[in-house]
Amino acid sequence: MSLLQVQNLRVEFPTRRGTLVALDDVSFEIAPGEVLGVVGESGAGKSMTGAAIIGLLEPPGRIAGGQVRLEGRRIDNLPYEELRRIRGRQIGAIFQDPLTTLNPLYTVGDQLAETMTTHLPIGPAEAKKRAVEWLELVGIPAAAQRVDSYPHEFSGGMRQRVVIALALCAEPKLVVADEPTTALDVSIQAQVIALLKNLAREKGTAMMLVTHDMGVIAETADRVAVMYAGRIIEIGAVREVVKNAAHPYSAGLMGSIPPISHRVERLQAIEGAMPRLSAIPPGCPYNPRCPFVFDRCRVERPELMPAKANRAACWLYAPEEAHRLQESGLA
Amino acid sequence: MKAFFDSDLWWSFTRSPVTMISALVAFICIAGAVLAPVLAPHNPFDLASLQLMDAFKPPAWGEEGDATYPLGTDDQGRDMLSAIMYGARVSLLVGFCAVIFSTTLGVVLGLLAGYLGGRTDAVLMRIADIQLTFPSILVALLVDGVVRAALPREVHDQIALFVVIFAIGISNWPQFARTVRGSTLVERNKEYVQAARVIGLRPLAIMRSHVLPNVMSPVLVIATLNLGFAILAEATLSFLGVGVPPTQPSLGTLIRIGNDFLFSGEWWITIFPGVALILMVLSVNLLGDWLRDALNPKLR
Amino acid sequence: MPEPIMLELRDAARHFDVSRPLLQRVIAREDKRILRAVDGVSFQVPKGTTLSLVGESGCGKSTVARLVVGLYQPTRGEVFFDGMPLAEARADASKRQRMQMIFQDPYASLNPRWRVSDIIAEPIRAFGLIRDRRKQLERVGELLTQVGLSPLDGQKFPHEFSGGQRQRISIARALSSNPEFLVCDEPTSALDVSVQAQILNLMLELQKRLGLTYLFISHNLAVVRQVSDRVGVMYLGKLVELAPSETLFHTPRQPYTRALMEAIPDLEMTGRTRIPVGGEVPSPITPPPGCPFHPRCPLANERCRIEVPAMIPARGTPETLVACHAVEEGRDGFLDGKPRLTPEPA
Repeated sequence: MSLLQVQNLRVEFPTRRGTLVALDDVSFEIAPGEVLGVVGESGAGKSMTGAAIIGLLEPPGRIAGGQVRLEGRRIDNLPYEELRRIRGRQIGAIFQDPLTTLNPLYTVGDQLAETMTTHLPIGPAEAKKRAVEWLELVGIPAAAQRVDSYPHEFSGGMRQRVVIALALCAEPKLVVADEPTTALDVSIQAQVIALLKNLAREKGTAMMLVTHDMGVIAETADRVAVMYAGRIIEIGAVREVVKNAAHPYSAGLMGSIPPISHRVERLQAIEGAMPRLSAIPPGCPYNPRCPFVFDRCRVERPELMPAKANRAACWLYAPEEAHRLQESGLA
Repeated sequence: MKAFFDSDLWWSFTRSPVTMISALVAFICIAGAVLAPVLAPHNPFDLASLQLMDAFKPPAWGEEGDATYPLGTDDQGRDMLSAIMYGARVSLLVGFCAVIFSTTLGVVLGLLAGYLGGRTDAVLMRIADIQLTFPSILVALLVDGVVRAALPREVHDQIALFVVIFAIGISNWPQFARTVRGSTLVERNKEYVQAARVIGLRPLAIMRSHVLPNVMSPVLVIATLNLGFAILAEATLSFLGVGVPPTQPSLGTLIRIGNDFLFSGEWWITIFPGVALILMVLSVNLLGDWLRDALNPKLR
Repeated sequence: MPEPIMLELRDAARHFDVSRPLLQRVIAREDKRILRAVDGVSFQVPKGTTLSLVGESGCGKSTVARLVVGLYQPTRGEVFFDGMPLAEARADASKRQRMQMIFQDPYASLNPRWRVSDIIAEPIRAFGLIRDRRKQLERVGELLTQVGLSPLDGQKFPHEFSGGQRQRISIARALSSNPEFLVCDEPTSALDVSVQAQILNLMLELQKRLGLTYLFISHNLAVVRQVSDRVGVMYLGKLVELAPSETLFHTPRQPYTRALMEAIPDLEMTGRTRIPVGGEVPSPITPPPGCPFHPRCPLANERCRIEVPAMIPARGTPETLVACHAVEEGRDGFLDGKPRLTPEPA
């Protein structure tokens, strides 16, 4: 059975100019111990998906439909207090800016110990001991001394390590990591990704890794979901999505990443920009930018359907449109 | 115009009943004051029309009230309503002019301090700091006192209005300067300002055409809130008898005059100007508060 | 005949005084704190070519960009623009209009209160290139077309555009004074990857068409590989390696350059196991003595801890200038055909 099930999730933002649909019919599952990467451009709704799952949507945003289930139990409609308990015990969260997670007034050791005594059946002395162990585990030098330091005494990369320890110390089954390495430099980024990957594997923790960096996903994730304009437009095994994307948008996205191995004559670019939430076109949201668009795309919205080795929301993969798929050259 | 009614500002305005009421009250106050010569039932400065017989008439609804004097009369038989309308004129004139004066001074000095930095900044901001350690009313009193002592009486009476405006204006510039300096420090490091520097635009030109338009939103808010303060400051000075000349009574002057009769039963002479003052300042302040919230992107 | 040189830096440095105010310093008995953002950088950019500077945040690459366009004065060393000392070139409007800059953040680089046509026309007006207002607008329309926007977009305000479109507007503005030399400070790092490709293509196209010279600042090695003729790698305010692009990406020599390339997440999914370089960048206020990279360098020895390495041609790849004792002494194993990032087994 899957650990996390998200079904037809819909998130709305009421504004004075009408309701914006930030997430529209988002469904996916994460198996125990699995790493699901969620990619997309800014505004695609990838961070929103993470926030909706852990119940931290910024008001006035709200879940307007669908379900989120953790081990079969609905968590999207729980009262705040109950959800908060689940968030600490069952779901860990890592954000882009470590300072939003760490309390500047407490030492990192106290914060780790408090999280553990709250959620695990251990006493303060044991928690303190484990706090040091966790800091060692995430690679903080001289952990026994640093355990009594305050967050501001750590550098950015070290802080993010502390946040990782904090997210994992209550031994949650799922970690939601939202752009965990975006604020870090390349060399630090590599260290943090390696750490996250190894710890998740060691502890058997499932992870939802939200990032715009395909390289990070390619190295870390088992499966990947590509989001566009608040919808998942393709989902599949990471190798298949990166090497053999089905949806024209995923294919374009992969093609526009500049390679480091060689110089190309001309980079593939996707013309235009992602629509604003207030102006998502009817039918397939990608239709104005899609090189393979046909009439049906402008009218009827495609659901996720089997496409190559993945599932993609694209009419080219409807059995009755097989001839178009042939012509497109995507097959 | 269409753009304005479509804007977020107008939208938040229509969402706040308190703000709409304040705007209405402020509008009535300002219209009543500006149009006093047309609207007022009497001319309180026309000595010929004053009837000492009519002195100390209570408001129209009182027992001895007279319908020609809706809010009663004062010790010289002046119609209180007319006196208040003319008084509000003086109060508003002083208030507006003082705010314009302190805004201009504060914005210019704040821009210079923020953009040029270094020694200019240090000197200007230390002066502002020192002045801020004194209550502004004290500064206004001091300025007024110095001018009074320096000039002969006849000259002083002629320019008394300007002295008050100057005194209140000068007591308030640091607030503007500090705000503008803060915003300027932020804007100065933005890339559009650097782009202007790359093409070699002079600092003054950059300050005027790039920085200034982008630091004005908070200034607008402070200016509105300061209008209330300036009107009150003028009333305080006039109440203390050092403000506008008695030939041009403002609301403060009226309150002071009425104060003498408060305990002899003629309450209306001081209460009505007081209520007018409160309504005016309160409505302007509420508008300022709304403007601050509406323009603050964090609260939206 | 070698290409004429558009830009040259000779031992340029820029230090910032980040001390606390005098009084606090005296009370706390502190010394002045000097941040050596750029500490002795030399390079040349031949006309019509692109030199990229790469490095992590705080390495001083953006400060170099600002030195070059005169936003900062150098603390030490010299900058020459088209053979003329920079200060002189900057004082002369006809020279100054030949250099322009494109910034990183498309949301901050356009004045939010100005119409796009005024933003683009600002350099034209500042340099008095076209006096007639109608002709100015015509030129703005041309420039907008050139960067792939519509001339009608000139009437709009910046907030009506997406990030990529704003960056096009920035480019149009930079081009409006007919420059030959563009300093591009992370021009695509705030953009989404599909839009980044659009902007990079546009910049390459414009370079070809207008014969532009670029100084390109970026932290993204993959982007740098696509646009550069030569690449300089910076670390803690110093250049540590400078080489033709193909040479640098094919045979990186400085251990830091190699670590940087090693650290990039692998889209090819070759499944290689990476050994990320340990440690973090030291503070530029208290840089380590000797080679700035020695605390993190697996090849560092006593000499590296004491003596600052100079930029010299690398043994084996002489077109590469590299500041590294290990490379100079052959300790990196390159000449033996087995380059390594770990010390030789004892």
